[in-house]
This record gives sequence, structure tokens and C-alpha cells, in this order.
Amino acid sequence: MKNMIDIQGLTKRYGKLVALDHVNLSVSEGCMFGLIGPDGAGKTTLYQILTTLLSPNEGSAVVAGLDVVKDYKKLRTEIGYMPEKFSLYPDLTVDENLHFFASLFGVDVKDNFDLIAPIFDQLKKFPNRLAGALSGGMKQKLALGCALIHRPRVLLLDEPTTGVDAVSRSEFWNMLATLKEKGITILVSTSYMDEAERCDCIALINKGKILDINTPGKLIENTDKNLYNASSKDMYPLLEALRTLPDIKDCYTFGATLHIVTNDSFNPDNTISQLRQRGLKDVNIWPANGNIEDLFIKLAKNDG
Amino acid sequence: MSIFQSLIKKEILHLLRDFRTIIVVLVIPVVLLLLFGFAISTEVNNVRVAAVVEQHTNETRHILEQFRTNTYFTFKGIIPFDEIENILRKGDADAVVIFRSELGELKHQIIVDASNTNMAQTSTAYLESVISSATGIPVVTNTLYNPQLKSAYNFVPGIMGMIFILICAMMTSVSIVSEKETGTMNLLLVSPVRPWTIILGKLIPYFLLSCIILTLMLILSYTVLGIPFSFSVINVIWITILYVILALALGLFISTIASTQVSALLVSGVMFMIPVVLLSGMIFPVENMPLVLQWFSCIIPARWYISAMRVLMIQQLPIKYVLTEVVVLSVMTMIVLVLAIKKFNAKK
Repeated sequence: MKNMIDIQGLTKRYGKLVALDHVNLSVSEGCMFGLIGPDGAGKTTLYQILTTLLSPNEGSAVVAGLDVVKDYKKLRTEIGYMPEKFSLYPDLTVDENLHFFASLFGVDVKDNFDLIAPIFDQLKKFPNRLAGALSGGMKQKLALGCALIHRPRVLLLDEPTTGVDAVSRSEFWNMLATLKEKGITILVSTSYMDEAERCDCIALINKGKILDINTPGKLIENTDKNLYNASSKDMYPLLEALRTLPDIKDCYTFGATLHIVTNDSFNPDNTISQLRQRGLKDVNIWPANGNIEDLFIKLAKNDG
Repeated sequence: MSIFQSLIKKEILHLLRDFRTIIVVLVIPVVLLLLFGFAISTEVNNVRVAAVVEQHTNETRHILEQFRTNTYFTFKGIIPFDEIENILRKGDADAVVIFRSELGELKHQIIVDASNTNMAQTSTAYLESVISSATGIPVVTNTLYNPQLKSAYNFVPGIMGMIFILICAMMTSVSIVSEKETGTMNLLLVSPVRPWTIILGKLIPYFLLSCIILTLMLILSYTVLGIPFSFSVINVIWITILYVILALALGLFISTIASTQVSALLVSGVMFMIPVVLLSGMIFPVENMPLVLQWFSCIIPARWYISAMRVLMIQQLPIKYVLTEVVVLSVMTMIVLVLAIKKFNAKK
């Protein structure tokens, strides 16, 4: 399969700060590719280079067969971009926003409405509402509609679900799946690990470096086998106590519980009794299934 | 609809939806014009004057008669010598004139309340002119162009110089920077629309708005404020348009430096508004400033614009008398436009 996005040795520096450090990445056509990393990892910089807003210091990036530096004019018609914040005109109505973005690309809303019709299912009911008065989920749909109105071949979404409720997030991912079926290549960044698992392929990025690229399933296989959940009434003393034990390699909060990474010689029952001697009661330890978040913490730690 | 038309339509929608701003933008020029035209004036009316007369003569009677009849004075009567300080302290009079005969010759002394220097200077001048016309050799003063010394005449060019900087530079820079802040500027830039088209789509609506304001201000100046109308108005209009373009270019330039709306407001406020008010000659004459400030005032566009407007609107002289100003303004416009476009196009 052909590569829709091809990035070779891409480096971007802001003064002394290296935002992207020799990034290599390729996304095949029709793939939903996830870019996972914490804030400040360099995701937004990567998007700005791919959308021709920034020029890289070194390396090359080719999107839809067009170089982001040399062919930037042609490339702009091939990509749909949705920046981190929902960038719409809050004082224009739903319809005005959509028509404005269509006219920027010289296309007619009618011609391409079939592509965004599923997204606009709910928005159709109030075409004259100001975009600023929409709910977060609605704004996100409108922004996606505006990014798609010119039928781009590549869709670049920078943290599209930040600040959106869980129901809208899940709806949004269903929509992305439909778009993917229509052959649109999607590069989406997120800091929600549950969303990462819905991508065909993901890249873990931290401090401007790619840590790992693989399918979510393969990545999870790479997580530590000796992973346990731990909980008690008082979580913080537990965290501190666990970190002092010799068999435990790492311990970090994970939602409502703690995740502990251990040596092979670790025995949950022994540990519980050890902790009881230190005055920690009601400690529970049971095996856990690792997910991408665990992997990420491991990789980021190894990276230093 | 072409890209250009839809950019302009979008900008006009922004303006119309922001109803409060549009009202403020249209009302401020009118209010300022009327305020400076009528309420705030440096003219001195009703100088309250009292007199101390040691010995009445025909001359003193004649002078006091002048005080009573002249509309610029309110005569507070003849008072004894030891009352002078009292009446000034109470604020019942602004000035007291003492008449004394020495060797058959009338001498006079003016005591004036100088807590308001402007008022004190002007009223002393009035009194001197009345007294000298009654006694010594009369001084014939011929005031050209503004015979009644109306301060409105002085302020109209100044206010125009200020308003267009305010509206064009401040509003365009804020509107461009707000698109940067919300991220929509990035969307415009990743679209196939050329940067030039984006810039023009921003500037033209504000240019049209400025033209509406110019019409409003000219109508007010020539009707309510009574500035004499002549064909020099054509020159007034095209030089103002040149000045508007300069102000728009400045706004564009600010927008390339500032990254938030607040900093755009501050930059246009501090860099343009304050110098325009203080150094352009709008209120304080440039000629009276320290030399360094006079040099500095040369880089303030409003200084050249205001001085050209004075010549054209008040003196009503032909265009050849403001050639320097026109050339300076044109050169400034070119430089700022080139700088602004270069900075706007510069890729990070």
C-alpha cells in the first residue's frame, strides 16, 4: 500500500528547544493513525509542519505525494486540518461558517455535502445558530465538517476530542471510522489512551522523539507481564510504602488504583503481609492487564 | 461567490454582529467632535473683572464703559483698594484693574488670578487691548483664517488625525490578532487563499468603515461646527484617504508583532494614541516643544496629517502649500506597507 504521509528525519528547533528530533514516520493510505503523547511532546509542531504552517529545520515531509516545503500550495487543497482549539468564527452561524470555509477552497457546499451529511445530522436542525452558542460536541462536529468540506485526501486532527464529553467523544470516533471507510487517511493525535486503541496504528511520541510505532494490539503485548493493581483506604501512604519495596520496579497511580511493575520473584500475599506490618490495612493486590498508558509510562521512563 | 467577496462578507458580518463596537466606533468621532467643538474650548468668555479707581476721569469712565458693554467681560463693579485680595480669593472676580493718575497721566495695573494660566494669559491680553485702545496708540490686530479664534477650528483636524489612527490601526490589528488567538488565522493560512487576499479581505472593510466616518465628520464640521466650505474639501478627502491607508498599514504591522488582542490594544494605544495626542500638535503646538521632541514628532504621521488639514480646512489654501506633508505621508505609507507585508509573509 502507498504511503500517504512520509516523514524522514524531520527536525524542528525553537531556539535551543528541540520540538521535533529526527522524526521518522509513515502513514499508509486509508489508515487511521494515532499520535499519542503528553502535552509538549511536539505533536502540534508536527501538525503545523504537515499543514505547511511551519518549515522544518531538517528532514523532509511528504503528504499525498507533495512535499510540504516545495509543493505547499498544491498540498493545501489536499489536506483537511482541525487545530487543537475548535477554530470557528463564534459570531457566524453554523451555515455561514460552513459556506465560508467552502468558499476558501472554491467549492460548493452542495457538491460535497454527502461526505459530511452524517456529521451534520444534528446540526442541520439549527443552521442559523451562532457557532459560539453551540455545545462542545456540536462545535467539534462543525469544525470537522468545515475541515472536510473540500473533500481532502488526508485529514489532520490535532487533539480533536479535548474538552468534549464522553458521549460526544465516542460519537466522534464512530464518525472517523466512517470517514476512513470512504478512503480518507486520518492522522489524529490524542492524550486519551482509550481512544488510541481505536486506531489502526499508533506512534508514541515524547519530547520530540518517536518512542515506538505499532498496532495497538502489538504494543500492548510489549507491556510488562508482571503488572498488578494495588489499592487500600489510604492510597498515598501505600504508594510511598510500595516504592520502598525491593521487588517493585515501578509504582504509579492509575485511575482509582495503583499500578505496580514488579520483578518475577514478586509475591502479592507476602507483600500484603509486609505492608500490614507497617500499619497499612485493607491492602488489595491483584493482577492487571497492561494497556497503552502503561507502555507509555515505561517507555517515557526508559527514555529518561 | 469569489474568495475575496466571501472574505469581505465575513468581515462585514463580524462588524455587524459586534453591535456595541460599531456603535462606539460611529459615536466616538461625533462625540469628540462636538465635545471639542463646543464644550472644551480654550476660548475665554466672561472674564469677571473688577476695578479700583483712585480718581475718576473721562478716560477711566470710558474704559469702564467698555468693560460693561464688551461681551467678553462681566463687570463686577468698582471696589476699594483693600478689597482686591478678598474678591480674588473668594473667586468672585478673575481680574482686577487698578487705575492711578500720576502727573496727569493714567497708569494702570492688572492683578489676575493665575490659578488657571490659560485663562489668566488670555484675560490679561483682553484687558490690555481694551485699555490700550482707550488710552494709547491703538493696536490693530487682524486675525486671518479664524477671525473669531474659535477653538473648534483648531480641534477638528486634530480629532480627525486621532480618530483614524484609533479606528484603522487599533481595530484592524485587534481583528487580525483575534483570528490568530482563536486559531482561525491558521485555517485561513492552510487554505489555498493567498496571504495577499487575506490581508486585503481584512483591510477593505475597515477602509469602508473609515470612509463612512470621514463623511460623518466632514458633514458635522461643515454644518454644526460651521467650518467654511470650499472646494479644498476634495484635497481634504484624498489626503485623509492616504492617511487612512497609512493607519491600516500600521494596524497590519502591529498585528504581525502582537500575539494577543490585549497586547495589540496596548501597542496601538501606547505607540500611537499617546504620541498622537501629545506630540502631533493637536493640543500642544509642535513649535513650543523641546527640540528633541520636535524631531521625534516628525515620525508621527498624525503631525503631518494635522498640519496639512489645518492648511486645507482652515486656511483653505491650494494643494501646493501642503506638498511636504503629502510627500512625507506617502513615503511613510510605502515604508509601513512594505514592512507589514514582509513581516506578515515571513514564515516561522
